[in-house]
Amino acid sequence: MGYPGYPEEFWDSIEKVEATRERRLKEVFKRITPEEKEKLLEKWHPDYRPEGKRALKLGPNKGDYVPNEVADILEAYPLIDPNDIDLEDIDYDVDVLIIGGGGSGAAAALWTNYRGIKAENILIATKLRFGDANTKMAQGGIQAADRPQDSPPIHFIDVIGGGHYANKPELVRILVKEAPLIIKWHEELGVMYDKDEHGNFIEIHGGGTSRKRMHAAKDYTGLEIMRVLMDEVLNREIRVIEFSPAVELIMDTSGQVAGAVLYNLETNQYYVVRAKATVLTTGGFGRLHIQEFPTTNHYGATADGLVMGYRVGTHLRDMDSVQYHPTGAAFPEQIVGQLVTEKVRGLGAQLVNIDGEQFIYPLEPRDVVAAAIIRECYGRNKGIVTVTGQRGLWLDSPMIEIIHGEGTIKRYLAAMYRQFKRFDIDITKEPMLVFPTLHYMNGGIEINEYTQALNADGKPIPGLFAAGEVTGGVHGKNRLMGNSLLDINVFGRRGGINAAKHAKKAKVGKLTLKHVNNWVTKLKEAGIAPKRKAPIILPEYRGKRALSRSINIGF
Amino acid sequence: MTAQKTVKKLKVKMVSIYIMGKEYKVPEGLTIHKAMEYAGYKLVRGVGCRAGFCGACATVYRFKDDYRLYTGLACQTTVKDGMYLVILPFVPAKKPGYDIEKLKADFSSIVKLFPEVTRCVQCNTCTKVCPQEIQVMDAIQMILRGDIKSAAELSFDCIACGICSLRCPAEIIHYNLFQLVRRLNGKYLTPKSQHLVQRLKEIEEGKFDKELEKLVKMGPEKWKELYEQRVIE
Repeated sequence: MGYPGYPEEFWDSIEKVEATRERRLKEVFKRITPEEKEKLLEKWHPDYRPEGKRALKLGPNKGDYVPNEVADILEAYPLIDPNDIDLEDIDYDVDVLIIGGGGSGAAAALWTNYRGIKAENILIATKLRFGDANTKMAQGGIQAADRPQDSPPIHFIDVIGGGHYANKPELVRILVKEAPLIIKWHEELGVMYDKDEHGNFIEIHGGGTSRKRMHAAKDYTGLEIMRVLMDEVLNREIRVIEFSPAVELIMDTSGQVAGAVLYNLETNQYYVVRAKATVLTTGGFGRLHIQEFPTTNHYGATADGLVMGYRVGTHLRDMDSVQYHPTGAAFPEQIVGQLVTEKVRGLGAQLVNIDGEQFIYPLEPRDVVAAAIIRECYGRNKGIVTVTGQRGLWLDSPMIEIIHGEGTIKRYLAAMYRQFKRFDIDITKEPMLVFPTLHYMNGGIEINEYTQALNADGKPIPGLFAAGEVTGGVHGKNRLMGNSLLDINVFGRRGGINAAKHAKKAKVGKLTLKHVNNWVTKLKEAGIAPKRKAPIILPEYRGKRALSRSINIGF
Repeated sequence: MTAQKTVKKLKVKMVSIYIMGKEYKVPEGLTIHKAMEYAGYKLVRGVGCRAGFCGACATVYRFKDDYRLYTGLACQTTVKDGMYLVILPFVPAKKPGYDIEKLKADFSSIVKLFPEVTRCVQCNTCTKVCPQEIQVMDAIQMILRGDIKSAAELSFDCIACGICSLRCPAEIIHYNLFQLVRRLNGKYLTPKSQHLVQRLKEIEEGKFDKELEKLVKMGPEKWKELYEQRVIE
């Protein structure tokens, strides 16, 4: 008897969740009004805590408020000394360099190749293995308005409302208009989307959507897309160099971006890449642990692209907003912070407090649900507190089996089922304990419709393109579920096409790292002490004791 | 409001683990990744998503006086006392190239690219070691029977950690083989969406261009009005 995966002190509360379930199946929690929403966010969303941010002291966004952890890496000294780098000795001379091996990078590489750049003239440089990226971890789905009762304009309104009307509308237009084209591309490549026997996609709601347009491949949607794109990159023999992150962009004396310095994490040597076009697809910043939140992100999500881009003059936007996914695992300790997909709520599971009562409509946009959970735990004290002090609320997954029939969870939420089963929790019968977790970088490098990176005057920086989570503008101040898998494909594709176009006519002059020296001068002028270095490449998780005794004797 | 603050000082039990043969004392209950970091390792190889999705952290371990060899993912497996472990930094595997447009969804296409699939001896080791609990051998047998659809569905949750392929006496590269099988299924054996074709035609004809242009120019006040008037399906 009981719930073997949960400590006994939770059992009472789980019984209450069970007791209210039947009643709640018929109960629809009232949607939040615009006024209530504003009040809720202001009081409880972490973005609204003034002590979490500070104004940047220098660079294209001088004076703008960003999370302290982002300011720390932007206001940091370079890892390399330009004097150590021999730019005359080129290791890779290519047409298009793609920095980052996730979904955007793979899509960019393929479309560069489709547009006539030979595989041997493309290089993907990546920090970990090719494909080890947030893309693979995206579970819930990808949005595209392809059903008759839906349309790209309806999708547009959902995106821009979810983003608090702060999105760059020209980018939203591209996102929604090109979404069906991406799904078609995937269908032709052989992505196994969930379909009925006639070939219709099985589409459900996501938080903040007004139509059912979430396409999924069980709850491994990102994994399925990523592995198919990777397979195609490998089939086409596009070059990939792993465990070799870019640590600085290279420019030429005419002021265009002309490649990057890579660093081999295993042999500690650098490589010089000269490229006619460079595409930044480095992803987001989960591993910066903004405001000490745990994260759903992969190990390499340290926003290196922001750092490198900022030093060549890219303008950032919407960096004041951070996406906390409402439902990260809050128990067991081994998986705290890991993603519990929004699809669980999409399929009908409600969020309930310690007494088994609802407190928010489960499919409000992510920032609203996250704020409501924090309020329920800290403002109203209606959450569970685990032995480590972690708070959390119940996500009542067994409702899914009642609504859609037995076996639905194993079929459509296989990853979630497995994740919890490893720790003796059966989510078909027991609810999961959840709390918001750091999920997505809403803002980033500003781009135009051609994915060209822009400077503070809104002008393109020649030779530099960017796509995916590293960019800002598409999602405004809050991204909806299913729009990031879409973003990386739509803008990754555009990045590839535009980089190819640029590379065909570009001429690269003498290479230089003068901008890096200039950056150091500016840091000194701003009075910033040379304590921090960036990009940080990988987060520091080593044990305190071990780290305190770590010395480098240079043997 | 920070997500993790310890309220009580916990008394944590320590266990001994042997990372590539060297003994370290680490707190009980940590995953293999976190235990290695606690011991002082900065992970570079054998780590990726840290959430069971990427397959970067295939791990082999055993216990003293136990002949059995165990396998798992370092991000999902909790350390136990007396564990001798190594995370595999890399799995060497053949990955034949192909043009998906030129293949047929049949056994002969597959066997040309992966002839070793016929060497399966049905030992079922692959199934026993799979951290995703996939019926790996059954999927291989379905391929041999030409049932591509079933093999694709059965292998769908594969994260390509490579453990099965390293243990396979027939030297089958299951995860690359399954990738091909799934793409053949997705491309050739699943009916295409008709709605999508219709929508693409409408987009090409410019059906939504005017409305989108209007929306782009509208500005926040009007967007807000439209957003608040939405009818939810």
